[in-house]
Amino acid sequence: MCRIGAVKSKKPVYPSTALRLMLPQQEGHDNSGFAMVMQDLSGVFALYKDKPLLSMACTKQGARLVEDYMSAKNFVKMAEWLPVPNKQKGLDIQTMPYYIFRNYDYPEHYDDAESREALLLDTRLALRKILTESNQGYVYSFWPDVLTLKEIGDPRDIATYFRLWDDNETLLAKNIIVQCRQNTNYKIVRYAAHPFFLQGYTLCANGENTFYTKNKEFQKNLHRGYIGFESDSQNFLYTLHYVLHELKWPLAYYKHVITPLPFAEIAERPDKEILLSIRQSLAHLEINGPNTIIAGLPDGRMMTCCDSKKLRPVVVGGDDTTVAISSEVCGINEILPDRNSERDIYPDEREVVVIGNDLEVTRWKQ
Amino acid sequence: MEAVKVQDIAVNDLPWKIEYNAERCTMCGSCVASCTFRAIKVEVQRKSVTLSEANQPVPVHRQLAVPVIKQVADVNCACRGCGMCEKVCPNNAIRAVRNVDNRRNLLFNRPIKRGGRTNLNAQRTLDKIIVGRISQMTDPSLDSIRHTFDIRSPLGRVLSPKELPVQTDGGKLVMTKKNPPVRWIYPLIFSDMSIGALSTRAWEAVAMAAAYLNERCNLPVRMSSGEGGMPVKLLESEYLKYFIIQIASGHFGWNRIIKAMPRMKVDPAGVLIKIGQGAKPGDGGLLQAEKVAPHVQAIRGVPKATLSSPPNHQGLYSIEESVQKMHLSLNAAFGFRVPVAIKCAASSTSVSVYNNLLRDPYKICGGFFIDGIQGGTGAANEISLDHTGHPVVSKIRDCYNAAVEQGSQGQIPLYGGGGIGLTGNAAADAFKMICLGANGVFCGKILIQLLGCVGNENGRCNACNTGKCPTGICTQNPRLVKRLDVDRGAQRIVDYVLAFDLELRKLMAPIGNSSLPVGRSDALVSTDKAIADKLGIQYVC
Repeated sequence: MCRIGAVKSKKPVYPSTALRLMLPQQEGHDNSGFAMVMQDLSGVFALYKDKPLLSMACTKQGARLVEDYMSAKNFVKMAEWLPVPNKQKGLDIQTMPYYIFRNYDYPEHYDDAESREALLLDTRLALRKILTESNQGYVYSFWPDVLTLKEIGDPRDIATYFRLWDDNETLLAKNIIVQCRQNTNYKIVRYAAHPFFLQGYTLCANGENTFYTKNKEFQKNLHRGYIGFESDSQNFLYTLHYVLHELKWPLAYYKHVITPLPFAEIAERPDKEILLSIRQSLAHLEINGPNTIIAGLPDGRMMTCCDSKKLRPVVVGGDDTTVAISSEVCGINEILPDRNSERDIYPDEREVVVIGNDLEVTRWKQ
Repeated sequence: MEAVKVQDIAVNDLPWKIEYNAERCTMCGSCVASCTFRAIKVEVQRKSVTLSEANQPVPVHRQLAVPVIKQVADVNCACRGCGMCEKVCPNNAIRAVRNVDNRRNLLFNRPIKRGGRTNLNAQRTLDKIIVGRISQMTDPSLDSIRHTFDIRSPLGRVLSPKELPVQTDGGKLVMTKKNPPVRWIYPLIFSDMSIGALSTRAWEAVAMAAAYLNERCNLPVRMSSGEGGMPVKLLESEYLKYFIIQIASGHFGWNRIIKAMPRMKVDPAGVLIKIGQGAKPGDGGLLQAEKVAPHVQAIRGVPKATLSSPPNHQGLYSIEESVQKMHLSLNAAFGFRVPVAIKCAASSTSVSVYNNLLRDPYKICGGFFIDGIQGGTGAANEISLDHTGHPVVSKIRDCYNAAVEQGSQGQIPLYGGGGIGLTGNAAADAFKMICLGANGVFCGKILIQLLGCVGNENGRCNACNTGKCPTGICTQNPRLVKRLDVDRGAQRIVDYVLAFDLELRKLMAPIGNSSLPVGRSDALVSTDKAIADKLGIQYVC
């Protein structure tokens, strides 16, 4: 089982905050990995927030393949951060030779947002294909102001390796979504570790999507970016992306897609026609089974919601500068011990909680 | 001594033999009266007996003339094994016994017609499939009693998400025009058995069960009328909403239906265009003159004659044409408020048909019903029953997979039938069909079996075509119809469907699903490698 967490702050926070959020919950996960997506970055990438940032782990040859591809496609390298790892003995981590975080400038003629979004996705997919086919590495995200780090091992040791405990000024972000398990019930694959990222949308989930096969069979025809399916939680991300980015529907309808109301309740609603239309046309995107999700949206907002039977926990708590979402409250107690815990929110099975960029919390029932 | 005439028909040539125990028989005559096939008769036999009537033994030998029950040695009156004689006998003196050495197929010098289901090809794919993916630990099973389950299936054309006529207005979605009509119904449809094929009373019993399940049990079960029209009173009643009106190639009953349209208070649940039937694919419906009683003549608007529906809808030459002409005109007839679905016999071409329907630009096909070889029929040539058709399980899967391939799964709901509940457990069959891609199932034979039909896949009774149905279900003979207790029959169907509903939950709960697992093939495993490979599910042993 997983535990998931997220920190959203008015002031940039170090990755160690996210780790401290997760480590008290370690009884609930197996400490088999660490993965986080940071958004709204400070530190070394602060000057290049509008330039796409490539996050990857690869071999030397993989790095060369990627460089060749990027220069062939006229991407211009702007900045780079190569972590200098702490290679002390005895760390539980399965390392890759290189971890590359690099900003590029767009090639010419990609001036509008739409063509840039498509370009970034297509580039990431192409790089993934090149690295997968040559078995030379992994590319996790390629997007402005977004950094992804994933590795297999004990999260504490992974943090030591990347010097995340040092709280130096290299890596900081206002939004961090995190998970401490190389998640999958099946094969250990780096791509199966959430959070997953697609065109500005980040998502991680705690649970088991028993409609995985249905979701997957439907999603693979919906968008070229819906690939991999190494984890049944990817379905949540792809549906989020589909509803918001492709259908361009308001966020409120995401919950109606993944956990539609029962027919009897729909019949009582004034917007029954819409809800029924959604339920029937997006039936194959419904999820079942126990789940909690935490998602980050392209505009920096974060959201959380649960499955329709509330079979997985989640809690939202915070103070004036920081709000955290966590599977278990012990994580929030660790990083925000002085908050007013009476104001913590435990969303129910029909609730959606959204944290705005000014940390204003919005919640509603679907 | 008589010489043997080998061409003579003897009782031991017939498929069923009567086992009669003269010592137990009280000569009440009930068995003879109950036998609709005239397979037994009362006859006086000369009997040689030795008896003593005095106080001391004084044996006397006598020749007596005693009445006995005797089987008729005639293929036209052959015993069907229905067992009515045994049922009615107060003294267990008589019963029908299967005669494995019968020469039935050789004795008929014309094609054999009968009703019921196939006698061959009754092998059960569904019994080799198990719900094998059980939720435990990380994803808990649900509680079939405590949790809520949403067991509904669509009937109607479902648009793809991008085709939905919606736009955002002030942070909310609003409809810009209407969707095609879609009904969310119970995934079990009472299949099309016409008034005519069924006795009016039997049809009424099924209809009563459907209405009761809707009105009292909150289960939106829909019933297809069959190709024989419906009583005008029902057409003009509120209950019409529980019925799917069928139109088949004979268009029987549609004169009345069309005339009733202006007075219909509610829309029907749907219209089902029957193109073909699984039990006799490529062959039209057949109602023998014997069953065309005056009320059937009235409802269908026909004289007393054998009513053959043509194998094809006249004038339809292609799927596109079918879509344009029939679907469009029937949609238009009900103001585009009623889903129009189509029923075909399963065939190796089903996927092509489904693909064409999926691609139809008018988006007006509201359901694809696939009827497999194991379905029943009121009357068919036995050769069709036993030797034509196609199993439905892999066909549903193939159609679903074809839709998945194009990303259009769910747009035309798939319903599978033909042998659902063959072994008595329709819920397990339905569940497995749904996991393989069906939105729901339809079944007919099991309904009449619940009413009391004794026919089976081993040649028992299956005399639906003769007008002599011994249970009063498939006959228009008023005396025979009286044998059927309509209320008790309806109650048995209701009870069965309630059990079906409970059993469906009992299958959904362990795999952790609170809504129907349409296409969730990962929940199934098979103990047969060939089946597993064909259906794309896990092989287990």
